Amino acid sequence: MASTLMTNYLVPSGREEAWRFTPLARLAGLHDGSSQRGTRKSLFLKSAQQAGVTATRVDRALVPSAAPSEDVVVQRVHAEAEDVFSVSISANVSLSEPVYLARLQEKSQGSELSSVRIELGTNAHAVIIMENVGKSILGEDVEITLGAGSTLKFITLQEWDEGSVHAARHHAILNRDSTFQSITVSVGGSLVRLLPTVEFAGPGTSAELLGVYFATAGQHLEHRIHVEHGVPNAKSRVNYKGALAGNEAHTVWIGDVHIRAAAEGTDTYELNRNLLLSDGARADSVPNLEIETGEIIGAGHASTTGRFDDEQLFYLMSRGIPMDGARRLVVRGFFAEIITQIGDEQIEDRLMARIDGELAKAGH
Amino acid sequence: MSTLEIRGLEVAVVTEKGPIEILRGVDLTVRSGETHAIMGPNGSGKSTLAYSIAGHPKYTITGGTVTLDGANVLDMKVDERAKAGLFLAMQYPVEVPGVSVSNFLRTAATALRGEAPKLRTWVGEVKAAMNALNMDPAFSERNVNEGFSGGEKKRHEIMQLELLKPKIAILDETDSGLDVDALRIVSEGVNRAKEVNNLGIVLITHYTRILRYIRPDFVHVFANGRVVEEGGPELADKLEEHGYAEYVGS
Ligand SMILES: Nc1ncnc2c1ncn2[C@@H]1O[C@H](COP(=O)(O)OP(=O)(O)O)[C@@H](O)[C@H]1O
Ligand SMILES: [Mg+2]
Repeated sequence: MASTLMTNYLVPSGREEAWRFTPLARLAGLHDGSSQRGTRKSLFLKSAQQAGVTATRVDRALVPSAAPSEDVVVQRVHAEAEDVFSVSISANVSLSEPVYLARLQEKSQGSELSSVRIELGTNAHAVIIMENVGKSILGEDVEITLGAGSTLKFITLQEWDEGSVHAARHHAILNRDSTFQSITVSVGGSLVRLLPTVEFAGPGTSAELLGVYFATAGQHLEHRIHVEHGVPNAKSRVNYKGALAGNEAHTVWIGDVHIRAAAEGTDTYELNRNLLLSDGARADSVPNLEIETGEIIGAGHASTTGRFDDEQLFYLMSRGIPMDGARRLVVRGFFAEIITQIGDEQIEDRLMARIDGELAKAGH
Repeated sequence: MSTLEIRGLEVAVVTEKGPIEILRGVDLTVRSGETHAIMGPNGSGKSTLAYSIAGHPKYTITGGTVTLDGANVLDMKVDERAKAGLFLAMQYPVEVPGVSVSNFLRTAATALRGEAPKLRTWVGEVKAAMNALNMDPAFSERNVNEGFSGGEKKRHEIMQLELLKPKIAILDETDSGLDVDALRIVSEGVNRAKEVNNLGIVLITHYTRILRYIRPDFVHVFANGRVVEEGGPELADKLEEHGYAEYVGS
């Protein structure tokens, strides 16, 4: 069955706009179907059962995707994933604890295509954390639907071991008056390519997409954001911060924001800041705003790529702090703005320690 | 008892158009417990002198020596100069986003003392230092110099002076941008540090106002990158009356 489906895919050549930054040869065959598929289903619910939350695996045919994608990996997930991991939060439920999902990795067992569906009922309020650790080759689609008036904080942690390959879409559909915040952390893996995308389906909606990434030698970390303003009176904020250190460390940040003619009253701002900590690293940053109506509140973007600020290092060192400690403070400070939004001290400390580790790896 | 000795110091700043000579042979000796006022017009090189002693990478030493108790300061890295006992209160303290004052102070104290200060006594120490400078306790959770008013920045510098206990401190226009009350509070902090630690002070200013609160033992007039006149406190009064005109025109 898989082979008949395969003929329908448009396998990217690397020249396409969407793929021009990605080293296809390092995707482990996720894009062209050549990867050796394993049988594992790695995702599981790590937190305790809570009233108002169900997390089950359902037959793919029973829950067709509401959001088709042009991305070939997402298409493969939709067509070939073993099943769908479905999480739903009942209407009017406010969870007091986060729903913690994690991928349990055993030894490398071939690649996995994983389909995840998250649904928040009307006026539901939740925090969902997805933790990715270990070694994996993963094609993933996470489709999130926020019911009217609901709020979701969605945290994904790409803390992969070296050598992991992860290509995924995190797609959120926001119904009337819902509020979505995502925090995307990518620190591990050989190649990580994420598509955080937002589709406003009703007015009064607001989305905040936050992210941090840290690429060291040989790592490719790519985040392609797409925010689709198709309805009036929606607000979006994007803020991604990245650091790079080491030879062939490569990050890609694309921020596509489209304001359609119908999207009057749109308020959007996107920001990407990169800290280049050594030679031989490369940060691509491409904000892209398309505006089809002038009746908006505001639309803007900014992108900066800089090195350590000598004045900051001098100030810290003039108080006796050695160079490596000063750099650590500056980098931690750079990321703190976003990491502290996670709101879980244990995770925040773990990530900061990982960031220290990445810095040390790069010889700082 | 410590001595900071500056001999024939020449400093250039490297610009796109090449190096520009700023300090043209500065001589100055500062001992523990002494207060030296350095007064001079804008652009005369006062901050350059301060930064050069602290080791700012922007400045290139082209001649002369700086020693602290005989040790060659110019050979030391920036943090080593602080460990040797030098402190610079900056004219424009730098913002460090995302780094809280409390984290910063503790990291600095740990580096200078060689071990992390005991948490209980440390918290008390910081509280007392902030209290003495009329600072809100919430201050310690703010990011270093981020969004600080001019006065808050200067108080924060002097708080560090009191906590980090250097041997010789250079205060670069600590008085500028302070209202009368803040000037008094900050000056009292400097005087405490002098009393408690027998601090040697280089007080850079171009107004005599702060000298009413911090009495100098020596006054050095600075112009065109060198000391052009020296004297006691009475020299400050003369400057108050006549300004710098007679020194800069030449
Ligand atoms: N980066 C630089 N490029 C060019 N000139 C500089 C630079 N830094 C300092 N200068 C010049 O050096 C001189 C001394 O500056 P500074 O030490 O800040 O003086 P002061 O503190 O006495 O006002 C000034 O003329 C200033 O313009
Ligand atoms: Mg100055």
